Amino acid sequence: MSGNKNFVLGVFDDEDLLLKAIKEVRQSGVKIYEVFSPFPVHGIDDVLGYKRSRLSIAAFMFGLLGTTLALTMQIGMMTFDWPMIIGGKDFFPFPTFIPVTFELTVLLGAFGMCGTFFVVSNLKPWAKPRIFDLRITDDKHIIVVDIDKNSMSEDEIKKSLAASGAQEVNNKVFE
Amino acid sequence: MHAEAVVRKPLITGGKTVHDVTDDICKRVEEKPAKSWLLAMAISLGLLSFGAYAVFTLVWDGIGSWGLNKTVGWAWDITNFVWWVGIGHAGTLISAILLLFRQRWRMSINRAAEAMTIFAVICALQFPLLHMGRPWIGGLWALPLPNTYGSLWVNFNSPLLWDVFAISTYFSVSLVFWYIGLIPDFATIRDRATGLRQKIYGVLSFGWDGAAKTWSRYETVALVLAGLATPLVLSVHTIVSFDFATSVIPGWHTTIFPPYFVAGAIFSGFAMVLTLLLVTRKVYKLEDYITMEHMELMNIIIMVTGSIVGVAYITELFIAWYSGVEGEQYAFLNRVSGPYAWAYWSMMTCNVISPQLFWFKRIRTNIAATFVISIIVNIGMWFERFVIIVTSLHRDFLPSSWAMFYPTWVDVGVYIFTFGLFFTCFFLFAKFFPVINMAEVKSIVKATGEKTSK
Repeated sequence: MSGNKNFVLGVFDDEDLLLKAIKEVRQSGVKIYEVFSPFPVHGIDDVLGYKRSRLSIAAFMFGLLGTTLALTMQIGMMTFDWPMIIGGKDFFPFPTFIPVTFELTVLLGAFGMCGTFFVVSNLKPWAKPRIFDLRITDDKHIIVVDIDKNSMSEDEIKKSLAASGAQEVNNKVFE
Repeated sequence: MHAEAVVRKPLITGGKTVHDVTDDICKRVEEKPAKSWLLAMAISLGLLSFGAYAVFTLVWDGIGSWGLNKTVGWAWDITNFVWWVGIGHAGTLISAILLLFRQRWRMSINRAAEAMTIFAVICALQFPLLHMGRPWIGGLWALPLPNTYGSLWVNFNSPLLWDVFAISTYFSVSLVFWYIGLIPDFATIRDRATGLRQKIYGVLSFGWDGAAKTWSRYETVALVLAGLATPLVLSVHTIVSFDFATSVIPGWHTTIFPPYFVAGAIFSGFAMVLTLLLVTRKVYKLEDYITMEHMELMNIIIMVTGSIVGVAYITELFIAWYSGVEGEQYAFLNRVSGPYAWAYWSMMTCNVISPQLFWFKRIRTNIAATFVISIIVNIGMWFERFVIIVTSLHRDFLPSSWAMFYPTWVDVGVYIFTFGLFFTCFFLFAKFFPVINMAEVKSIVKATGEKTSK
């Protein structure tokens, strides 16, 4: 890595104003690097042009894996490996397999999805996040613009953010 | 942008801003422990120590140190197990089912309720584990692992094994749900802290940065987890009820058990949430976040589930009579008028009559009354499990073996152990973790604060 990374930050304290500002800033031709918030802001995905997360599909696939694993395990153990009549039930007592199958479906679905979430979001105990402003986790919403990734000049970016209602417009440099 | 009916009462009072939420909640974690907290911790550690001695005696001497006899082979152990599991239900119900129903009043109370779930399930797990006699290997026997006897496997026909899967899934999914919710709040504490505290909360916060993309994924995860946890809540107590319902013991062999157990679990769980939150809000001065509106809504849930439980009791009696099976009829007659009638009528009074008082607005909006009734409900729900278990067993198929159950000090001691464990965990949580979900509450400050909801 060589050189510094220069960012411009637009600070907002109202979520509705933030949504309006994102629209305006994008319309003015500024490419937004990321928006940071202390809480989830509804409707922000649409204005930023984010697609719907596919984590629910991951949950479904992992759940399906859980169902398969549970049924394979139970049928393998109770029907083939050690067939035994217990309580008058036959070697393939399917109804009694349902509770464990359900639980393992939920278990693998939940854990698989959460694991995927941690991986794709780069969340891990030793992760060192790039903190643009300490107030992000308190009460401020911040629009971050990467100067190097924009064809507009720093001044134009700052003007656009200020015009959209930013309380403060700051610079942040990472080495 | 924010649509809110004008008839709704504010969920957060005191004219709080988003920054106030951060300050009010983080302050509890940052300041030195209060004297009241130290005293409460000392008492719960005292209970834990005494209880640990009872557990040691139990493990050293064996299950014979419990008051069980040849007829009553299960008593306080399973009573306490089912009771603690039931207590846990409100947490997941608040975080999952109420999330799916978009009930925003859950946001101030979900964190503490979920913590309660985790600790209650840990307490519940002690009983089946200790009942195995050798807890250090007992846990392994319950899992489908290859063993030294060849390929002899656990019995998937047994509801007790279903319990192993149900409770462990419930515990681990609830833990993940709770932890994921905590991550953004840990990041808030991290960003306010310095030194060692910053390092610790930095690790706990998993490098959370509050990016819109991460929030978007986070919300998907929360919603899907809620969708997965909702049937899980219902399945867990249903499966616990199968321990009894799939047997042939009169008084246990009842098809109404699954929904009746689930309703009872939510009933007792909400009562425990109220007991804990009434104290927490008072000690931590959180009256602006956990308002009378929250108390009232929880009391209404207690009233509804209490009524369902009441209907279930009466249905059980009716079906026993209507079945025409003498054994079944006797089991219920014995409950109502036998030697344990005092327990049955205590249960009826606590669970059926006391929640009906919440029909009166003056009572359901009265803090002292709510606190007393929440404790009465928990006592009643303990009696419910005791009545089901002990009265069905103590007079079995052979009158020559009929017996009474008398708990020993070890029975009582192990129960006290779990109380010590539960409160120690809860007090540690209340001191070192944000007791209110800051990120969620901040998202409703504008929409349901006093300025907008009038």
